[in-house]
Amino acid sequence: MSIWDYANPVKFIRTADHILPWVSGAALLCLVTGLVWGFFFTPDDFRQGSTVKIIYLHVPAALMAINAWLMMLVASLIWIVRRHHVSALAARAAAPIGAVMTVIALATGAIWGQPMWGTWWAWDPRLTSFLILFLFYLGYIALWEAIESDDTAADLTAILCLVGSVFAVLSRYAVNFWNQGLHQGASVMRAGAMAGDTEERVSNVFAVPLFVCIAGFVLLFVALVLLRTQTEIRARRTRALLARERVA
Amino acid sequence: MIALLSRDLALAVRAGGGFGLGLAFFLIVTVLVPFGVGPETALLARIAPGVLWIGALLACLLSLDRILALDWEDGSLDLLATAPLPMEGIVTVKALAHWITTGLPLVLAAPMLGVLLSLPVEGYLWVFLSLALGTPALSVIGTFGAALTVGLKRGGLLMSLLVLPLYVPTLIFGAEVARRGAEGLAVSAPLAMLAGISCGVIAVLPFASAAVLRINLR
Repeated sequence: MSIWDYANPVKFIRTADHILPWVSGAALLCLVTGLVWGFFFTPDDFRQGSTVKIIYLHVPAALMAINAWLMMLVASLIWIVRRHHVSALAARAAAPIGAVMTVIALATGAIWGQPMWGTWWAWDPRLTSFLILFLFYLGYIALWEAIESDDTAADLTAILCLVGSVFAVLSRYAVNFWNQGLHQGASVMRAGAMAGDTEERVSNVFAVPLFVCIAGFVLLFVALVLLRTQTEIRARRTRALLARERVA
Repeated sequence: MIALLSRDLALAVRAGGGFGLGLAFFLIVTVLVPFGVGPETALLARIAPGVLWIGALLACLLSLDRILALDWEDGSLDLLATAPLPMEGIVTVKALAHWITTGLPLVLAAPMLGVLLSLPVEGYLWVFLSLALGTPALSVIGTFGAALTVGLKRGGLLMSLLVLPLYVPTLIFGAEVARRGAEGLAVSAPLAMLAGISCGVIAVLPFASAAVLRINLR
């Protein structure tokens, strides 16, 4: 049995029904553990004080904002190559989640930036590229909503996602070129840090609950995508039934 | 393809409203900026390259509707699709016609409007050059946006939303070239990036536009 069997909507819904309670339960467990641990049982940072704790929302949301687009890109490619409808619907289902993650990352970043940098917003490369990513999400969602025919919408948004990915990467480097940053470099996932270099990495006291939070956000994303894809399939089925009724 | 190009050009010139509109809009933006930020010469000179670039980009955005929408409405797009021309060729010619009617006048007008913004003398060449290199990319990207939204009622606003993030890299590098040129700094790195974006976009994006147009004409 191959993984493509899950492209069958009926099979997908049945499987998702089986998995969903487990995934959402695990997401809830991780998020509650990670956030409670992060917010109440970690020491204050010696320089940033208690504001450092927003990291438990900011970093996972920012990670998911990028990875949601990546998942949409993969799903769009699968739709273009193999034309499995569930794939296109999964991409559609992921877009608003990604957009919300982008907003969370931007908002928590602004709240964090105010006490640390003395400003809510700076035209820093990382901040700016996230704003552009948010525009990409908005355009993608708007295009899905604007087109009536489902297959046309799936085709067009898939191509937009492909072209948009190239331009998103391009923008990322363009804004780097355009302005030097205020935002710190990567300090959670670093090759040196993984190898045990403790100079420039987040201390273990903060890193462990952070990884639990990241796991929680990933699981939450998976659960939401499964749920929303199911909803999309059912909505489409309802529309088909209604259309059939009108004809009969 | 040459016939198609001359037809599009003739339509743009004779049908009115399209050809001069972008230029007029460009003029309006340039004239309004000093009213908005004040007539201080030093300040104007500093922001002039950026303002010229933003004005050109907005003027370009304004005229994107005309690339495909009119042909879609009167059905000539369907005829073109059945003509013995590859769709990629059609969208390339459409983008070229848009650039000749919108981008080229903007490029030629920009140094003139630079006078109004007291652009430094060193800047004229670089504003001209960066716009000449960058506006073809704007036209090609815009054609992709127009092809995406061609069948939609009131697609203009949606098209602006779709095209805007795609314009960001071109705008950044184009304005960077113009700014550095005006300040007498080295321009080779952003110039190379701008040329790279233009060439890459012209080489690849017509295929995406053609695919999108085929889907929309299905």
